[in-house]
Amino acid sequence: MIVAATGWDQVLDFSDYGELLQLVRNSIIAGAVLGIVAGLISVMVMTRDLPFAVHGISELSFAGAAAALLAGVNVIAGSIVGSLIAAVLIGALGTRARDRNSIIGVLMPFGLGLGVLFLALYKGRSANKFGLLTGQIVSIDAPQLSSLLVISAIVLVALALLWRPLWFASIDPEVAAARGVPVRLLSPAFMLILGLTVAMSIQIVGALLVLSIVCTPAAAAMRVTASPTLTVVLSVIFATFSVVGGILLALGGSLPISPYITTLSFLIYVACRILGAMRGPARRSARHA
Amino acid sequence: MTAAHGVISLEGTSMAFGARTLWTGLDFELQAGEFVAVLGVNGSGKTTLLQTILGLTSPTSGRVLVAGSPARRGSRALGYIPQQRRIAPPAPLRARDLVGVGVDGQRFGLGSLRARRARRATVEAALDGVGALHLADTPLDVMSGGEQQRVRVAQALVTDPQALLCDEPLLSLDLHHQQTTVALIDGRRRSHGTAVLFVTHEINPVLPYVDRVLYLAGGRFHIGAVDEVLTSENLTALYGTPVEVIRVGGRIIVAGLPEHSGPAHAEEGLDPGADPDSSTASDR
Repeated sequence: MIVAATGWDQVLDFSDYGELLQLVRNSIIAGAVLGIVAGLISVMVMTRDLPFAVHGISELSFAGAAAALLAGVNVIAGSIVGSLIAAVLIGALGTRARDRNSIIGVLMPFGLGLGVLFLALYKGRSANKFGLLTGQIVSIDAPQLSSLLVISAIVLVALALLWRPLWFASIDPEVAAARGVPVRLLSPAFMLILGLTVAMSIQIVGALLVLSIVCTPAAAAMRVTASPTLTVVLSVIFATFSVVGGILLALGGSLPISPYITTLSFLIYVACRILGAMRGPARRSARHA
Repeated sequence: MTAAHGVISLEGTSMAFGARTLWTGLDFELQAGEFVAVLGVNGSGKTTLLQTILGLTSPTSGRVLVAGSPARRGSRALGYIPQQRRIAPPAPLRARDLVGVGVDGQRFGLGSLRARRARRATVEAALDGVGALHLADTPLDVMSGGEQQRVRVAQALVTDPQALLCDEPLLSLDLHHQQTTVALIDGRRRSHGTAVLFVTHEINPVLPYVDRVLYLAGGRFHIGAVDEVLTSENLTALYGTPVEVIRVGGRIIVAGLPEHSGPAHAEEGLDPGADPDSSTASDR
């Protein structure tokens, strides 16, 4: 703390850590719950090839949150409304992969532009503005925490109910349809669940960085295992570790938590890629043994 | 009720999309233990026929019965091998996972631990039945086309269906794997009396096993034994253009099929007859 010239104390500084921990209890609980939800949903995002849709939804969610900020109403509610509008549009207009990508490509800049407009008109604290795009500086209050918990519960129940048919429809759509899975109804249903998750993630990591917890964890897990169960378990562990670890690391400095989360998430992915590449050839030759 | 019907019966069914008629007045019974090949050029409605039986699309008129009751989605009396060049799952997937979704993938909720253990045994029995138990933990993306098709057959048979519907299961396979795949399906028919409805554009790989053929062309059809249906006169009449059927050394060669549909053994893309429903493929 005496030599502050380098600016490193902004990045990592663990003095008074115990007291800070008390202050951010809410954030850590929120982070842990978000990690579980995001880890689960990212498996489906990867399996259904939807990372781009996540990005599209998050920009509209950002616009919704910015509008709510400007109007002085609940930001999470605004964010959810934006998310759901995007999810419905993408789900309804983009059943085919190619249509979906073009619709997302069109919606995304529009949403971002709207958000920028609303923020430009907003006269309040500038930290609020920046937070929506790039994540909060550790600050989750009690009402925010309870709404995050409620949304998480809804998402978890929906996922538990739909997981098996959703998985079937994702990996093997023709046979799933023949087996009686309502393939066409599951698509929009999943988009709604995804919309809720994205709206929730934005409160912590910001609209631009949502993919780091809703795509990267499963992408990393899939590098090291071909077992669906293990993929889910690892993805949840990776996501939770990134979010909670990011929050804990960010405590000391005065920076937003998102760079810590995205860096942890990315490092896990790199490690899994290296591990997967080392084991890949072995796996291939093992089956001939 | 069931005694009066075959495993699959089509009663006076017609299928048309707008002005285009795929077939009219089709009466057809698939009996237990029977191997029927469905032939026809691209767009003649072969895939649509399977989708009608699977309950994924309704015939324009007539009735379709599966095991004595009207065709509906999700019938466990049917096993289905979809048309596919290679299985390219978006997520890593092992053989046991692909077969496993065939057991309970359509169920909502998470299922009990006991059900999961029972499923494991069912899946391994199905893989063993096609000689692929050693592949159970192998990821699909490192398998050869022949190994993948073996796993597909296991998935289709895992519910112990009365009939197996196969949509061009030989497409991506070399000659050797074509033969082993057909022999596998035929073996099941002999051991379990499973009826087989086998869509193909190439009769020769299945010639040794086929009881009857159903030939679809130009809105009409022919049903009967291979030698009754595949004659120059019949095909000439079906297509309205001179078609020559030649038998050479146990093989059948069809020459002179209409130009727009290509030769009978041409590489086949997606059956245009499937278009109204093919969006399920991209509807993930």
